[in-house]
Amino acid sequence: MDAAAAGRALGRRLPAAVRVLGTRRPPLVLLGLGLAVGLSAALPALYLVVAVFDDAGGALDAVLTDRTLGLITRSLGLAAAVTAAAIAIAVPLAWLTVRSDLPGRRVWATLATLPLVIPSYIGAYLFVSALGPRGALATLLGVQLPSIYGFTGAFLVLTLFTYPLVLIPLRSALRRMDPSLEEAARVMGRSPSEVFRSVVLPQLAPAIGAGGVLVALYVLSDFGAVSIMRFNSFTRDIYIAYQSGFGRTEAAALGMVLVIVMLVLFAVYARVRAARALHRVTPGAQRPTQPVRLGRWRWPALALCGTVVGVALVLPVGVLLYWATKQISSGLELGALTTNGWHSLLAAACAAAAASLGAIVVALLSVRYPSVLTRIVERVGYAGYALPGIVVALALVFFTTRVALPLYQTLAVLVFALAIHYLPLAVSPIGAALLQVPPRLEEAARGLGRSPMAVLRTITTPLVASGVLGGAALVFLHALKELPATLLLAPIGFDTLATDVWHQTSFGFYEASAIPALLLLLIAAPPLYLLSAKGSVGS
Amino acid sequence: MLIRRRPAILAALAAVLAGLAACGSSEDKNTLTMYSGRIAPILSPAVKQYETASGFKVKTRYGDSPALSATIAEEGKNSPADLFFSQDAGSLDAVEKRGLLLKLPADILAKVPTGFRSRTGSWVGTTGRSRIIAYGPKVKQSELPDSPLELTDAKWKGRVGWAPTNASLQGYITALRLVEGEDVAKKWLEGMVANDVQLYDSNIPVRDAIAKGEIDLGLINHYYVAEAQAQDPSYPVKVHFPPKDLGSLINVAGVGVLASSEHKEQAIAFVRQMLSTQTQRYFADSSKEYPVVAGVKAPKELTPLGDIPSPKIDLAKLGDLQGTLKLMRQTGAL
Repeated sequence: MDAAAAGRALGRRLPAAVRVLGTRRPPLVLLGLGLAVGLSAALPALYLVVAVFDDAGGALDAVLTDRTLGLITRSLGLAAAVTAAAIAIAVPLAWLTVRSDLPGRRVWATLATLPLVIPSYIGAYLFVSALGPRGALATLLGVQLPSIYGFTGAFLVLTLFTYPLVLIPLRSALRRMDPSLEEAARVMGRSPSEVFRSVVLPQLAPAIGAGGVLVALYVLSDFGAVSIMRFNSFTRDIYIAYQSGFGRTEAAALGMVLVIVMLVLFAVYARVRAARALHRVTPGAQRPTQPVRLGRWRWPALALCGTVVGVALVLPVGVLLYWATKQISSGLELGALTTNGWHSLLAAACAAAAASLGAIVVALLSVRYPSVLTRIVERVGYAGYALPGIVVALALVFFTTRVALPLYQTLAVLVFALAIHYLPLAVSPIGAALLQVPPRLEEAARGLGRSPMAVLRTITTPLVASGVLGGAALVFLHALKELPATLLLAPIGFDTLATDVWHQTSFGFYEASAIPALLLLLIAAPPLYLLSAKGSVGS
Repeated sequence: MLIRRRPAILAALAAVLAGLAACGSSEDKNTLTMYSGRIAPILSPAVKQYETASGFKVKTRYGDSPALSATIAEEGKNSPADLFFSQDAGSLDAVEKRGLLLKLPADILAKVPTGFRSRTGSWVGTTGRSRIIAYGPKVKQSELPDSPLELTDAKWKGRVGWAPTNASLQGYITALRLVEGEDVAKKWLEGMVANDVQLYDSNIPVRDAIAKGEIDLGLINHYYVAEAQAQDPSYPVKVHFPPKDLGSLINVAGVGVLASSEHKEQAIAFVRQMLSTQTQRYFADSSKEYPVVAGVKAPKELTPLGDIPSPKIDLAKLGDLQGTLKLMRQTGAL
């Protein structure tokens, strides 16, 4: 019998110590490691509070202005608009690629997910150069286009590179859906569109909600695209306040406000996820649904898929390739490219390894030894999601300059920041994999005399390997793209592909930035392939 | 699976440890650390000249001068930097005011005219540059404003570009506050923001936006245009020296050695190299700036320094960067 379940069933009657520590005592080493991971994950948030209270008066002055209100309104407005648009793109794409007889739907599904790999800052400058007032399109048409800068540009770019965050959960929800409900509704005389509205859509609501909140969180923490589009959002203002302030309380205080906004959204996300338990009505194995015949509608459907994939994937990659060939023909500096590529690889791989190790500990504790304490560790582990990269970096700059000076401007701090920032990405798949490992195997090994750590090493870890790999690949992908934390924390002379692209574009050297950008996409390809083969991209 | 898994974890662990070890051992005795507000494309050839001459390496953190100056202030005596190369005098002065710069030897100071270096001798200008209004083909000579202050006129709405995070613009605003007073500067900034001034990350994109016709005027430094003209004589962007309200303020890029440096001798040697005929000539010929050392001639195509309608202003007084940044944040310019 599952001791934890028994403990939950007994509820309040258990003594306090048992409720806090759980009925199954985790090995002390594991518990210690878990607390260390939890503390690490909480460090940026905690230190931000310390930094703000250092100069509470100044912080209040900095925050209590009309400007802050304007920033919140602007950022939330952008997040809401992008989320709505991403859902509007993702719903038809998901339905078409899962439930219809759209020609080549598998290929469309893969292609439509790929824009997620293009960092928003690369997407943004590609759009500026292609659709800007004096961009390629304007030159082609011989007219001056209206300015793309500001809300329009930020909205366009962020929508195109975040809609896969809704598409992915939506597709898997559609695949899991019980077809018998729809069939019943059809039998009772509902039209296909009524069935979609009254039966399908309500079942998809949790997936849409969860994906939508992820988009909103992404938009709120995005730095690169809004900066290039000159849309004055919260993150951009934090960066400028950080760059231009002596003392920097203002940046920390603004960071706090953003964190609070994000935490509220994150709480919504947790709610939506918890409410997501979708059960099949009929017992037995999942039955494939009959694809809906599109008939004449297949042409507009293909046009829709083609437009989305064309604008979000073919156009950006095409422009990059075009610039890259131009750059190559005018001479290529391989030295910096390989160094920066190696730096990107090193930082992202270290972050992925560190995050996976931390995630194994957190997931083990929360799945195998549930208690109030381990649940707190797990929740804190998720905090990284709600902290924008720039805030994590900011807190660590404060922390290292004031408390841990020998670590200041070392690679270790950058890796640490990336690892705790993306820890939740690794915890989810590892936790899911662990849930599928029968505890009896571990108990048998314990019964045969293995120590808890030996069981962890020889039984549990190998069995969750695929979850660990999936988690590590996700962290690697995200760490590779990360911009603001890398800008703030990278050691002197440690340029990565991301910061190189950023610097080149800030001088307006678009062609020179194409090759590092392409290399970045190339390095991202293998882990992405690994993930899409497992069908868990972005989950 | 069991067999495949363990090497992967071990490899990951090894990678983490190797990474940590790599960053721990990066302290090199023969390496100078520099914070540079000047961009890599302009500065790195000059750095190479030093590296070749001295056998020392320089690793550089690039950024906006004011931001780097704030970083040094925050780091204080613990700063890893040996050198601070700034795009303007104000950022150097802000660091000097905190007592973080070393007094330079007399032979170095003697090479630079008094107006172009710190009064206490803790930094020297390396090259001179003039603020200008760059303009595109759509602007007629007769329309050109006499002063940047005229750019708040409705006629220029949305047609002017600047780079607000850039040290040179901030240096101009500091000078404006000093000479014309806080109110004039504040009104100007508010007026510019209200007049839909276009924002860019740095001076080069401002210049390029004029060339592309995205905007018509830009507040930048002279050499960005001069350099482009040298490469392409038909370049559509031209230079205008506004005679009023410090519009053609002459400022310097300069360098100082941090008092906390552990490689003072080498850092001083770096400064000497920057004032050598070789490097001064590089700055003059390639980046089209005004050399500060006597005997090195300014590029022929540049307006002679003496002909620029620049007021006499003590560059060493432009250190109130903090006040400028605060005003810019207040007015929404930043």
